[in-house]
Amino acid sequence: MAVTADHNIPNRSPLMAFLSRWLLTTNHKEIGTLYMWLSFVLFFIGGAMAMVIRMELFQPGIQFAEPLLYNQMVTLHGLIMVFGVVMPGFVGLANWQLPMMIGAPDMALPRLNNFSFWILPFAFTLLISTLFMEGGAPNFGWTFYAPLSTTYGPPSTDVFIFGVHLMGISSVLGAINIIVTIFNLRVKGMTLMKMPLFVWTWLITAFLLVMVMPVLAGAVTMVLTDRHFGTSFFAAAGGGDPLLFQHVFWFFGHPEVYILILPGFGIASQIIPTFARKKLFGYHSMVYATASIAILSFVVWGHHMFTTGMPLTAELFVMYATMLIAVPTGVKVFNWVATMWRGSITFETPMLFALGFVILFTIGGFSGLMLALVPADFQYHDTFFVVAHFHYVLYPGAIFGIMSAVYYWLPKWTGNMYDERLGKIHFWTAIIGVNMTFFPMHFLGLAGMPRRIVDYSLQFADFNMVASFGAGMLGLTQVLFLYIVIKTIRGGKKATGRVWEGAEGLEWTLASPAPLHTFETPPKFPTPEEDYPRD
Amino acid sequence: MTKNRNNQRKHTILLSGLAVGMLGFAFALVPLYAIFCEVTGINGKTYAQEIDDTPAVLQVSEREVTIQFLGQVGRGMPWEFRPMDTQLKVRLGEINLTSYYARNRATQAVTGQAVPSVSPFYASNYLHKIECFCFTQQLLEAGEEQQMSLRFYIDEDLPEEIKTLTLSYALFEVPELEVASLTLTNNLQ
Ligand code: HEM
Ligand SMILES: [Cu+2]
Repeated sequence: MAVTADHNIPNRSPLMAFLSRWLLTTNHKEIGTLYMWLSFVLFFIGGAMAMVIRMELFQPGIQFAEPLLYNQMVTLHGLIMVFGVVMPGFVGLANWQLPMMIGAPDMALPRLNNFSFWILPFAFTLLISTLFMEGGAPNFGWTFYAPLSTTYGPPSTDVFIFGVHLMGISSVLGAINIIVTIFNLRVKGMTLMKMPLFVWTWLITAFLLVMVMPVLAGAVTMVLTDRHFGTSFFAAAGGGDPLLFQHVFWFFGHPEVYILILPGFGIASQIIPTFARKKLFGYHSMVYATASIAILSFVVWGHHMFTTGMPLTAELFVMYATMLIAVPTGVKVFNWVATMWRGSITFETPMLFALGFVILFTIGGFSGLMLALVPADFQYHDTFFVVAHFHYVLYPGAIFGIMSAVYYWLPKWTGNMYDERLGKIHFWTAIIGVNMTFFPMHFLGLAGMPRRIVDYSLQFADFNMVASFGAGMLGLTQVLFLYIVIKTIRGGKKATGRVWEGAEGLEWTLASPAPLHTFETPPKFPTPEEDYPRD
Repeated sequence: MTKNRNNQRKHTILLSGLAVGMLGFAFALVPLYAIFCEVTGINGKTYAQEIDDTPAVLQVSEREVTIQFLGQVGRGMPWEFRPMDTQLKVRLGEINLTSYYARNRATQAVTGQAVPSVSPFYASNYLHKIECFCFTQQLLEAGEEQQMSLRFYIDEDLPEEIKTLTLSYALFEVPELEVASLTLTNNLQ
């Protein structure tokens, strides 16, 4: 099954060998690595755009970013972070970890896996190249509401649409691959209810992806035909309705935000038991909570549209349904805390990030609850309060989740331990930076500062300056993260197979670094009475 | 192993089917949305009432309400467009006639489509139009003017608290190319 890639073909220059190794690889570990690096590179590109935004907002008045440029930055920053950083980051982790965690030799559809990855660099090159096109990059926000993207969209909107199509195809194919792998390649004895939680959360995420990415594809296609082929899906002139766009978009959009966080839940559920040296509290309730969050996410898209004049009954329904999601989410937070209760906890970097995740994600959940209240949302909508909310769930949520997973599994991937002291510095600067950047945005929003506007009135100046300083710190410390990762790849204290004293699971029965091909013969899955074999 | 292979293929096909189905669902949202709005009357859209749906003898009630008329043109639409009556006092159940004035200021013929909207939106299901220029597209030659009539009555079941309602028309230039979505939504209007 393994294709040419790793059986070196003679008579090739080293460059060609290198290229064909990475271009043609069908190995889940190598593809996982590619995804992680893509995500990392885009993290810095999207981060640079965030720096432009924060520098512009450092003081009232227009410093250097004209409104048009500012709008392009906000749009590309959002698109890149969502589709280019968080999603590929999680997919990369899935590629590396899922086969090792379920005792499979590889993903079920390895060639499709290669294809899903290699679409992405093209998609993002296209998207970023719009910056240099006539009329500039898309400037309507990552939500591309009609008519901003139809009647008023710059010419590069068409390139953006093509890019979104490519990303959609990549994610759907990747998700199908993940589901087929989980359903068919589990080691004997690992029933669904014995799967590690990272596997569970990814299974559910993959179903969400298969169901909503096509809806996004539908939305961009309608925008395209409205722009060029005379249809009027979103144009009142031809009998369409611009509000329809928001319904279609958020039908995708709300499940999408759970796509961005569920694998993070899985990661926290792997890491916290390891460092608390206890079994995960409430495994079954974790699975049911994840599933109910995913199902509920399909009926609450209206909470993004409270101010569009929805009928009262719909507003009430959406409000209660949204608040209902807080229940399974609360179950999860409770379980994480209960797992740590009376555990013998140590605070290595992955654990620190996981704890930061639990606490700060919960703050984001609370501001979300505030936004779910219809009368409150009438005031908060389209202010910086919303910006504060989604950054709390995405940065210390999704991004910290990915970072803690990287620290946790990096020794398994590279065979070397990362530098614990630098890891801790990274964590503490990141957590201070995150709070300094995004916490003041709550106050700004409550005081009425609108989002997506390049300038603001004087009373918002102080908090904005604090936020910009925080952002600078947060951005800089990610360079340290890059340094730590490179340093670990190049050397360091050798990691054992088990790596962490309290780690449980099939991936830890392998040597570190994990050999390119693992579990060619299926491992033995221990019964509840047995322990995982140690090396 | 072969059984496993077959299962993998089966799952792959099923999941691809699900993805394609969801793409179809995205497009199905368009008519679903139109139907949903029509049934519930949300969005303030009013829809055509077939003449034979109208009861032969209408019960004219004592209750009077005020109905206001608005008219505006969409971006780039070269017509002058305004209501002849800005406000009428009408009785529930009584058939009324009013009209809008339109003139094409362009130097070539232009087709327009008026899109109605009622506020408060929950009044829209009680406003019945028997005859309306918005039922069809209107073609005006260069410089041509026209009075376009509107015949309507208001249902006697109109909720008590509504004393005034507003009927607003936005007039748009019909795009050159007309496609499926247009005819589809037109059928509902
Ligand atoms: C140093 C890090 C970051 C900074 C300083 C930052 C800053 C900002 C600011 C100021 C805005 C709002 C601009 C406006 O609406 O006027 C924004 C929007 C946004 N950010 Fe971030 N951000 C950072 C990281 C992230 C990350 C990691 C993600 C996602 C995983 C993310 C996702 C988004 C999204 C989706 C939007 C909304 C874009 C829109 O609505 O147009 N950001 N960011
Ligand atoms: Cu939402």
